[in-house]
Amino acid sequence: MRTLQGIAVSPGVAIGEALIVDTEGFRIPRRFVMRDAVEDELQRLNKAIDAVADQISRNRDAVTAQLGDQCGAIFSAHLQMLRDPSLLAEIEGLIRKKHYSPEFAVSKTLRRFAKVFQDLDNVYLAERAHDIVDIERSLLGKLLGESREEFSHLSSPVVILAHNLTPTETAGLDRRFVLGFVTEIGGAGGHTAIVAKGLEIPAVVGMGRFLTDLSGGELVIVDGNHGQVILQPDEETIARYRHEVEEHHTLVAQLGELRELPAVTSDGTDIKLFANIEFPREAESCLERGADGIGLYRTEFLYLGAKVEPTEEDHYEAYAEVIRQMQGRPVVIRTLDLGADKLGTLPQGEQNPFLGLRSIRLSLRNLPLFRVQLRAILRASVLGPVRIMFPLISTLADLRQAKMVLADASEDLDEAGVAYDHDVKVGMMVEVPAAVTMLDKFLKEVDFISIGTNDLIQYALAVDRGNSEVADRYQASDPAVLRLLDQSLSAARAAEIPASVCGQMSGEPRYTMLLLGLGLRTLSVPPSAVPEIKKICRSVSIPKCEEVARRAMTMENAREIDTYLREELRKVAPELGTN
Amino acid sequence: MANKSGTRVVTVTNPEGLHLRPANALASLAKDFNSTIQVSHRGETVDGKSIMSLATLGAGQGVRLTILATGDDADDALDAIEALFAAGFGLNEESAQDTNHTTGR
Repeated sequence: MRTLQGIAVSPGVAIGEALIVDTEGFRIPRRFVMRDAVEDELQRLNKAIDAVADQISRNRDAVTAQLGDQCGAIFSAHLQMLRDPSLLAEIEGLIRKKHYSPEFAVSKTLRRFAKVFQDLDNVYLAERAHDIVDIERSLLGKLLGESREEFSHLSSPVVILAHNLTPTETAGLDRRFVLGFVTEIGGAGGHTAIVAKGLEIPAVVGMGRFLTDLSGGELVIVDGNHGQVILQPDEETIARYRHEVEEHHTLVAQLGELRELPAVTSDGTDIKLFANIEFPREAESCLERGADGIGLYRTEFLYLGAKVEPTEEDHYEAYAEVIRQMQGRPVVIRTLDLGADKLGTLPQGEQNPFLGLRSIRLSLRNLPLFRVQLRAILRASVLGPVRIMFPLISTLADLRQAKMVLADASEDLDEAGVAYDHDVKVGMMVEVPAAVTMLDKFLKEVDFISIGTNDLIQYALAVDRGNSEVADRYQASDPAVLRLLDQSLSAARAAEIPASVCGQMSGEPRYTMLLLGLGLRTLSVPPSAVPEIKKICRSVSIPKCEEVARRAMTMENAREIDTYLREELRKVAPELGTN
Repeated sequence: MANKSGTRVVTVTNPEGLHLRPANALASLAKDFNSTIQVSHRGETVDGKSIMSLATLGAGQGVRLTILATGDDADDALDAIEALFAAGFGLNEESAQDTNHTTGR
């Protein structure tokens, strides 16, 4: 048994067989061959070896011709490795005696050798592990050929262990078969993390290198609550986690009973619980969870998933699907909130992407792209109550320009005689400290605000939470953050403008009483968090929350505040107090 | 086949140790002989015709290896191997030629 620590990005526990996806994307399932197929399988292996040998010889000749014998010699060494008697004996042994498939035997054997190399004291030789991985890939490439497995072809439940999963790949995971996933790279703020949470697949990222000595098929536990990955767990550990999974199911079932009930406090105050989504198909789980609407529909995936810029129709279809599914409940659509790097339009590298050309700044710099999105949102507004939200507004000029582009788009539609809701509500994200400071001015020009705590915390505390050197300074409960929230909510109340909070903070049970106590009446949370937060709302009274908020606001550091809030949560909802 | 056997102690002289290219040169040479060739380092003995096994010895510069050859051409094999080590595996201009003859199969 081995326990490894990574970064927890999507809660829950998964127990299952490992499916390895390395940097090249080869997926090596543990497979066995029938006894009478062993000879055929060995032939298949030999053919693959011959084919790879041909390929290496050609590379060697080409390299030698161009760069000389010294460089060509490394390919001669590869060829020698490929024909290595010890190696072949080991692979053949696994196929003959254990009836492993050639793919599995190759992967297992070469990874074992790579591991031995890696562990050598000799740095130069340790580096040669790459050469072995290279040969493994070439062989697997030949063996798997066209039959390479895709995630969409999974037919039995697995835990995916990958070097990396792109947001698009993650979005394509089939929840019936992917119990959980773990990646070597990635951080808490990555899009992959957000998607995993959206799909409610337990996930741990940022593990560092750990795939080299695994070949797939091993039993793995992914603990998405604590960011731990347990390889080949012992019986006791398995039993403990199985118990945890069962308890979780019981809790989910209990919370499920709240679906039809309103989020109303014990003293009768109505709270609106909206959900944050990425993909149209998540709308269904919002309804299942009893959400009052979509408080944040992130539209970045229209851009990230596509190889070409999305058309107006692409936008429209996605929005229309969500609005129809939500059956008259409000849908807040946020315009593009991406860094320029993600669109590949950046002329040169930015030193400081988070302070650079991103989000609304990028939209205002690329008006044609921005107009396409706004036209699509406007057209979709006839299908149900749509609200438009601009992200990363930092100056009044940002807001006014964005509204002007929207007005232009409306006029175009008028001229073309296309129907849209003329009273579509327009709001802004409050996520830059400058906007908090100037909020009274902004509130005269918007219909609603939504406080994006993720960015607000990062900008207020000057911390990149993806940087492990300083990530511990990223605290939603920092007193400075609480003051910014308090200021924003007070200003909105004074101006009688609806305010919500849509960052991760609003989905975390320990902050619910605090937020209600600060005067918040609308929370937008991941769909999976709706039942929990509803349960808390129904268990507390506003005077009690106000008392908790007052007390928290007197404290001087995040840890003290967190400890206090956890205690208070335990008092009202002990079963939710574990995180 | 007359079974003769003999041992020889050789020293790794090149700076990066017995890495892939020297191991390749050694394994290629060993394969030219009928004798079994075994290489020992710190109590570990591996097949001298296996590049992977040779490289996994992790023998750095200055390491002394014991070569054991068994077979009808054991003496010739030991002489040739000793010469290869003495020449620093010919890791200059001729190295690729040393290894080319293994690639035609």
